[in-house]
Amino acid sequence: MSTHIQRPGEDVAQGVFPVVEPGHTFATITEKISAVIVRRGTPLWWLAGFLVAFGAMNVMLMVIGYLFYRGVGIWGINIPIGWGFAIINFVWWIGIGHAGTLISAILFLLKQSWRNSINRFAEAMTLFAVMCAGLFPLIHTGRPWLAAYWLFPVPLTMGVWPQFRSPLIWDVFAVSTYFTVSLLFWFVGLVPDLASLRDHAPHRWQRMIYGMLAMGWRGSARHWVRYEAAYLILAGLATPLVLSVHTVVSFDFAVSLIPGWHTTIFPPYFVAGAIYSGFAMVVILAIPIRSLYGLKDMITMRHLENSAKLMLATGLIVGYGYAVEAFMAWYGNNKFEWFLTNNRLFGPYQYFYWALIACNIVIPQVFWSKKFRTSTFWLFVISCVILVGMWLERFIIVVVSLHRDFVPSSWGFYIPTRYDWAIFIGTLGMFTTFMLLFLRALPAISISEMKLLLPEAEVKHAEVKHA
Amino acid sequence: MKHPSVFGYLAEFETPTELVQAAEKVYADGYRKIDTYSPFPIESAAEAIGFHKSRLSLIVLIGGLTGLATAFGMQYWISVIDYPINVGGRPFNSWPSFIIVCFELTVLFSAASAVIGMFALNGLPMPYHPVFNVQRFVDASNDGFFLIIEATDPKFDAAETESFLKSLSPAGVWEVPY
Repeated sequence: MSTHIQRPGEDVAQGVFPVVEPGHTFATITEKISAVIVRRGTPLWWLAGFLVAFGAMNVMLMVIGYLFYRGVGIWGINIPIGWGFAIINFVWWIGIGHAGTLISAILFLLKQSWRNSINRFAEAMTLFAVMCAGLFPLIHTGRPWLAAYWLFPVPLTMGVWPQFRSPLIWDVFAVSTYFTVSLLFWFVGLVPDLASLRDHAPHRWQRMIYGMLAMGWRGSARHWVRYEAAYLILAGLATPLVLSVHTVVSFDFAVSLIPGWHTTIFPPYFVAGAIYSGFAMVVILAIPIRSLYGLKDMITMRHLENSAKLMLATGLIVGYGYAVEAFMAWYGNNKFEWFLTNNRLFGPYQYFYWALIACNIVIPQVFWSKKFRTSTFWLFVISCVILVGMWLERFIIVVVSLHRDFVPSSWGFYIPTRYDWAIFIGTLGMFTTFMLLFLRALPAISISEMKLLLPEAEVKHAEVKHA
Repeated sequence: MKHPSVFGYLAEFETPTELVQAAEKVYADGYRKIDTYSPFPIESAAEAIGFHKSRLSLIVLIGGLTGLATAFGMQYWISVIDYPINVGGRPFNSWPSFIIVCFELTVLFSAASAVIGMFALNGLPMPYHPVFNVQRFVDASNDGFFLIIEATDPKFDAAETESFLKSLSPAGVWEVPY
């Protein structure tokens, strides 16, 4: 499959920063990426980070235990705000996952070979973000054993089945398919690297474990042909899939009749927002990974700058979404929609809305300047700001739309409780825990794909006589 | 089953270009039971040993259609036959509502058949393979480029094949034992 062989020199000519710094050979790439995992000991920063993250995750697990004991009454939700943190966090996390698939599938199909050094950890980020997201639908009823037959078509003696006309059921299929396909994509990409680790790990137990996971991969030319065919097909499948996932998530809202939800702009603007927050998370992860592991020659400023440009572009699409929502509320002449828009801007949650505009629309405009796009400090700070902004966006969509709908007698107010916060912060801990375990045990950068970026990987003569 | 004592002869080359050139010569000399091993995909190496097409896309198509049929069949059976519920007077077979689950299961089954099909066609998992008996082969996943002529090739003759491989100026030639 020709899509996989990129011309290594092409990219360097177009950008200022190279994708791989000069001086690398095939052997140094294997050595550099695998040494962090199999040769060096566990660094102190890793242990410290793991302790904090694992602690937060365990607090979350205890709170979830309490939730199952007491029920959802420990949360801040009420009637009319029946959807609170669980849904906000679900949408936020699943959005973050989208950048991983964009990098691994869409940029692959577009032959953007600079992606080769960031796709592995971005895919891992996708998996862990989707795991954090998937936690919320499982616990949001407070009765997780019900989730089995409420969400999935499980044959039971009761003879009840899910309602397939409901977007909530579509969502179950979209998210579980997305997780499974992302996992398959990630594992297929890992297999040749697991073989590298099997062959280069110094200890027998490491060779045993990586050897079992590598399944006997030996790099045969016939295997590579099928491997690349499978990889291309997976990329082709993951591309419409990733666009469908957040579209279906937005249907959870858009198919309802609530003012602020019932709008056709939701699918595209949800997808853009998802990629927006996802790239912010990629940058937040890439900056520490490249400096703590000394991988600045493989995750270069080029990658960070490209991510900043993508954030700028998707951020503008999100801004367009906000503008269209407000315009349609005015132009559509529906008084409930227009009331909602006013309530967003000047109602009890107005500070959240203006903070959202600042975080998502105003502050990221500094990425027009190359100085900000190439400063790791500002990239990190602004990416954090974007993640906060995207979380606020989901808060506004869920809470502000629900708290004042058609009938003033049914208005309400929502304040999250400490249990809401504990579970949200706990998912951040869970995400960080899994990310740290991944960095410790598996290659954070694809070894085999990095080698394709070297000029030596190119076969010099074009003539193949019997082809 | 009777095994010959030798699986084949393995030659190592230092660059992808040398590997492809050698593979072309071996193929031109009439050998067919040959293979190359490299740490990353080399398209022209597969062409040089006469391997062009994989049947994977057909497997994926069948998998995808199975997923589509499963999704629609499941939703139709549940919503029309086993558990019909009148929602606002909509027909039991509300097929536009079923599109999304159909799409998702099509993608899911296609992806699973792509991965399972790829590994199955490759004969993996296969923890043991004779090439692993050669010490130098650890570099097939690092920076070594290997070419093998297997003993099952009709043209194979231990002494002649070995000297032929040596004439291609490789970094080394090894006998691959079982």
